[in-house]
Amino acid sequence: MSLTRASTDELLQLLDSREVSAVEVATAFLDEIEARDEQIGAFLTVDRDGALTAARTADERRAAGESAGLLGGIPVAVKDLVCTRGLRTTCASRMLENFVPPYDAHVVRRLRDEGAVLLGKVNLDEFAMGSSTETSAFRRTVNPWNSEHSPGGSSGGSAAAIAAGLAPLSIGSDTGGSIRQPASFCGVVGLKPTYGRVSRYGLVAFASSLDQLGPLSRDVSGSARLLQVIAGHDPQDATCLNVPVPDWTGQLEQPLEGLKIGVVAEQFADGLDDEVAAAVRAAVEVYRGLGATVEEIELPHARHSVATYYLIAPCEASSNLARYDGVHYGHRAEQFDDMVDMYAASRGEAFGSEVKRRIMLGTWALSSGYYEAYYLKALKVRRLIRQDFDDAFRRVDLIAGPVTPTTAFRTGELTGDPLAMYLADIYTSIANLAGIPGISIPAGISQAGLPIGLQLLAPSLEEDRLLRAARMYERETNWHTRWPASL
Amino acid sequence: MEQSEVLRVARLARLKLADSEVDSYARQLTDILQYVEQLEEVQTDGVEPMAHPGGVTNVLRDDVVTESLPVAEALANAPRSDGRYFVVPAILDAG
Repeated sequence: MSLTRASTDELLQLLDSREVSAVEVATAFLDEIEARDEQIGAFLTVDRDGALTAARTADERRAAGESAGLLGGIPVAVKDLVCTRGLRTTCASRMLENFVPPYDAHVVRRLRDEGAVLLGKVNLDEFAMGSSTETSAFRRTVNPWNSEHSPGGSSGGSAAAIAAGLAPLSIGSDTGGSIRQPASFCGVVGLKPTYGRVSRYGLVAFASSLDQLGPLSRDVSGSARLLQVIAGHDPQDATCLNVPVPDWTGQLEQPLEGLKIGVVAEQFADGLDDEVAAAVRAAVEVYRGLGATVEEIELPHARHSVATYYLIAPCEASSNLARYDGVHYGHRAEQFDDMVDMYAASRGEAFGSEVKRRIMLGTWALSSGYYEAYYLKALKVRRLIRQDFDDAFRRVDLIAGPVTPTTAFRTGELTGDPLAMYLADIYTSIANLAGIPGISIPAGISQAGLPIGLQLLAPSLEEDRLLRAARMYERETNWHTRWPASL
Repeated sequence: MEQSEVLRVARLARLKLADSEVDSYARQLTDILQYVEQLEEVQTDGVEPMAHPGGVTNVLRDDVVTESLPVAEALANAPRSDGRYFVVPAILDAG
């Protein structure tokens, strides 16, 4: 079997049995990136030297009979929104084109501590604002299943890298669906943990009350392992929860008994593609076949999630992105009249149109006269959305449904109509607003040959339930073993 | 949203916009605001705003001195510095 087609578990078996070395694994992926990423466009920075150094360390540890770590010698691609010490971190923005962080994000430190091999930094929508990776200032990422289609976003580089066999694991971030939607579009697994499960220290902030880092992988086990490494308390992020981290990888193969699955009828109403609906219904039947009971539930405020999200997220973004002033780091304009004009010229030049649009929207909604009617109103609806989930999870263990209304849209299809792009977040943004975990797993292929995802949502801190349920489905199906025909 | 309103918000946000951007933002922001106005129909009397989903408040730590970033590293990404400070245009008249 080709190393670049192997899952994380398969690679670990080969490494632990010393059948292959970490240097061989890293070289296989680096060569694959060199040969094929010009066409895929997943990577913004490839760190060949750093990757090979980390791989040699993993090999030396194994040779010395030491533990190489939970990810000893496993290559990981990191979304370029996550700070890596000494390695350019651009957020896919002209603003940070030359920014080299002086420190590692908490998750990056955890990856290094557990022996992971960082291949490089992968593409995203600028500052994670977008659903197609098209707002990247630097390059277009294609969907490996069909190069005329978007890989989704904002973690499009992460999902495309895995789907194309350029990395077995990737770190993404999810503010309104940015891990789950590209995972769905590219036919890979993507998990958004509970808000606070993973430290955001060193994750460049977009919307701080919604942002959460998480894993993308070929299969459920890969995500369980990567989450195992990055989850846990970190005092450097005040919102990071100080709660025990369960043994997700150890419990993964244990099926859940007496599972009660909720299905939201409204999610299958207008706007949902027929093939996606059929695939999700078929997935629910797989659970029924495994002994689960299925119950129809309501989330009465869920239909307002996009409106709520597109007020709260831009408001937080307008505040967070105020730090880009052309003084401490980032782009500074060459020509300006005075200090304030320097700020405005630098920001006007270096931010792309989607980022500016959201800063404008957020600034407006927070400005005098609109704050209560828009921002505070959205925060109240957010509470109601959360309460809907609290009510639902008193009756069911998990909620199953679509990740996105359609399969991957064509590149350029929605770029001229921002609102249409926003509406694609209808099923995913509810989890960020409520702070609950969600996972997207491969659950079908459309007639046109594009992947379809299944979303499972669980109560806060129930990643164990989410992963085990996802694994139950995965064991019954083979969607996660499919590769694009072009590969 | 009127163009004058777009320019007012751009000034607040410290964003210099091209004329073409002012046009397109006026149109697109109007679309988005019309869409989000659906929240008006939600009954929210007595509902506590939810600023974030975490169960933590007032996280404190011991007041211990730790190492901070060396000056050279802190300045390394600055567009302009003199080796000791960030350099910005004059904000006060010399006279």
